[in-house]
Amino acid sequence: MNVIEKIEKAEAERLLSGDKTIPDFSAGDTLVVQVRITEGTRTRLQAFEGVCIARSGAGIKESFTVRKISYGEGVERVFPLYSPMVEEIEVKRRGKVRRAKLYYLRDRRGKSARIVERTTGRGMTGGRAKKK
Amino acid sequence: MLRSGLLAKKLGMTQVYDDAGNHIPVTVLSLEGCQVVASKTIARDGYTALQLGAGDAKPKRVSKAERERFAKAGVTPKKKCVEFRIAEGNEVAVGATMLADHFVPGQKIDAAGVTVGKGFAGAMKRHNFGGLRATHGVSISHRSHGSTGQCQDPGKVFKGKKMAGHMGAVRRTVQNLEVARVDAEQGLVMIKGATPGAKGAWIELRDATKGVKVDDLPMPGKFTMDAPKKEAPKAPVADKKGEEE
Repeated sequence: MNVIEKIEKAEAERLLSGDKTIPDFSAGDTLVVQVRITEGTRTRLQAFEGVCIARSGAGIKESFTVRKISYGEGVERVFPLYSPMVEEIEVKRRGKVRRAKLYYLRDRRGKSARIVERTTGRGMTGGRAKKK
Repeated sequence: MLRSGLLAKKLGMTQVYDDAGNHIPVTVLSLEGCQVVASKTIARDGYTALQLGAGDAKPKRVSKAERERFAKAGVTPKKKCVEFRIAEGNEVAVGATMLADHFVPGQKIDAAGVTVGKGFAGAMKRHNFGGLRATHGVSISHRSHGSTGQCQDPGKVFKGKKMAGHMGAVRRTVQNLEVARVDAEQGLVMIKGATPGAKGAWIELRDATKGVKVDDLPMPGKFTMDAPKKEAPKAPVADKKGEEE
């Protein structure tokens, strides 16, 4: 492992040393992201709920995109995975998708933008065991 | 008071987070066993300076004269040597190993090095010219520099006219870069932003000549008289030799 990789690993460990954990999630899952917002001097948490449509990058540089429809308007936010601003990531619902990037959801509205819930497979209890 | 800088190798860039949760793009520089190889004195040389060397050179690839010079200073042969001017009274003993906490996080420094070579570059890349139009009769010369001057009077192209030519691979100094973090144990200095040079380039780090000075900088510097740490696998081999003898 070279020095840069070591630094990135140590930084990731430092950022996760608190009570923050990153759950196992992928594109298609519905997430509730608690974002830390600073207004003047006081900070509060704001929830951003939507479908994760992409995860990109690797290591400390990884980020994920969450899309939701807010008052009839599509809103997307990109969160750095390890950012201290992202207080908590909660997986609300797993989605059954066949793509890593769900950019096609941008062109869809309503019924056709639905994602079927996944009840088996990776990360589910009673699902198939991981191949070794 | 002018104090010594550091000689370091650029390892590459990454990002870290500060306490407020902001991204900081950092360049990671490694000291590679940076040691004082020689010192210049007013009495002998007419000025005061420290010569720092970094990086391990293979002894057989170093000329005998150079080898003797390093041996006299009590240091291992170095790949790169650079002189740093210092004020009188800020001398560091020859053979001392410089430490990364020579610089304090938050202070401003200047980084000098040889930039990435771009070869023969056109005027658009080299001087940010706009080029010619994509249509309206322009043929073949979309990325050319266009006119280079007037007509029969003056009848020549003025010296210094910006044109295509060799770009990069020249020494450049970037001023007022902020030190993000230092790791004295591993000999790493992390600087906010980019420094000149490709990965593996040698970079000279000095306290910023302009801008606000930090009062509590270590004077004349942070160093140790111990030899730089070797990698772990080398130690057992040396022990074995001792047993045989």
